Amino acid sequence: MSYSTKSPWIIHYDGSSCNGCDIEVLACLTPMYDLERFGIVNTGNPKHADILLITGSINEQNRDVVKQIYEQMPEPKVVVAIGICATSGGVFKKCYNILGGVDKVIPVDIYVPGCAARPEAIIDGVVKALRILEEKSKALHNKGGKVQ
Amino acid sequence: MNVLYLVSMIGYIVLAPIFGLVLAGLDRKVSARMQRRVGPPVVQPYYDVRKLMEKDQVTVNKVQDFYVFCFLLFIVITGCIFFAGGDLLLVVFTLTLANVFLVLAAYSSNSPYSQVGAERELYQMMAYEPMVLLTMIGFYLAVGSFNVSDILNGDKMPIVTMVGIFVGFLFILTIKFRKSPFDLSMSHHAHQDIVKGVTTEFSGRTLAYVEIAHWYENIMLLGIVFLFFCNGTWWGYVIGVVVAAVSFFLETFIDNSFARMKWQVALKSSWVVSILFGLINVALLIWVF
Repeated sequence: MSYSTKSPWIIHYDGSSCNGCDIEVLACLTPMYDLERFGIVNTGNPKHADILLITGSINEQNRDVVKQIYEQMPEPKVVVAIGICATSGGVFKKCYNILGGVDKVIPVDIYVPGCAARPEAIIDGVVKALRILEEKSKALHNKGGKVQ
Repeated sequence: MNVLYLVSMIGYIVLAPIFGLVLAGLDRKVSARMQRRVGPPVVQPYYDVRKLMEKDQVTVNKVQDFYVFCFLLFIVITGCIFFAGGDLLLVVFTLTLANVFLVLAAYSSNSPYSQVGAERELYQMMAYEPMVLLTMIGFYLAVGSFNVSDILNGDKMPIVTMVGIFVGFLFILTIKFRKSPFDLSMSHHAHQDIVKGVTTEFSGRTLAYVEIAHWYENIMLLGIVFLFFCNGTWWGYVIGVVVAAVSFFLETFIDNSFARMKWQVALKSSWVVSILFGLINVALLIWVF
């Protein structure tokens, strides 16, 4: 069994979101839903994180930032795109400055559509991401040598 | 007698992380209950450390891992000296050395967060160091020896003549446990003004070492609290263990009741408490008792 699923730490990045999805992400951590029950902690530090939650679509300004956060996270890691803007660009898709969803710059594992995505949907997405995290963790160990 | 101390030393190396992680887990659980949350399982810190061990390690430079390993090593040595009935002054100096390694590890990367964290860690050391020294001097004046073994088997309870020093020590325990209002350099809670302070640039195994060192350190500090109540009898030891447990949960309570303060407040308040309670008590020990 992989311990990654027992203590997934998240980092949350707001791309160009309207803050609707951000509020819902934070709502997951409040006493109402209490994600810390599952050992989930909002770290705010890519080097400590396992799951990258991104809200809002990608534009010219945050493209490099998202790439950098993703690259700073140590393996195994998963990316969850939250909200329709992060999934595909949503209503902003054809804006002159919008590149599209998060998958335009980094590989996304789970899409959680919605405007705004409800906390239940976000929790469901994170739980699905845990399964992928476990697979990635196993794959990393089978490769061998890289992780002690 | 020497064999007994060897056993207690090995007992510390083996059991301290177990007790430490349960205490850390209970701390999170109690905090969660105070915020009307369910909270993570008690063994959550164990899961965290196992996960960090499994993770890939991103290191800024090689020397950083060495410093953090030395931090862990010297924290364990500190506890070993203490639990082997060694010299209390040696315990203080080794503890300081361990913390210096942590500061060096934080300074070794260029990240502004870890740099500011390292500076704040130094301020914290400035804040608590006088009181720690006064505590040890107090033990010498009250019992007549710096040796933990002599204090453990002394004929009178140190707390009787060291109430002020005990209050002062509880005050700086907040800094040592890294609890609010004095969790300036590194907080156990999610977001902070300087992200994760000292540990911002650590990842994987290195971060796990910091966490394990924290468990060892907590048990050693609670051991000093225990020492205040030792008078060579079994009920003295029972009182010691109970008070140590109560003081740990008092710190959890303080942690959840206060907001983080500036380093100026931490430094000033802890020095005022050190002088008011520590120094006056030491003076009383010298001239009155």
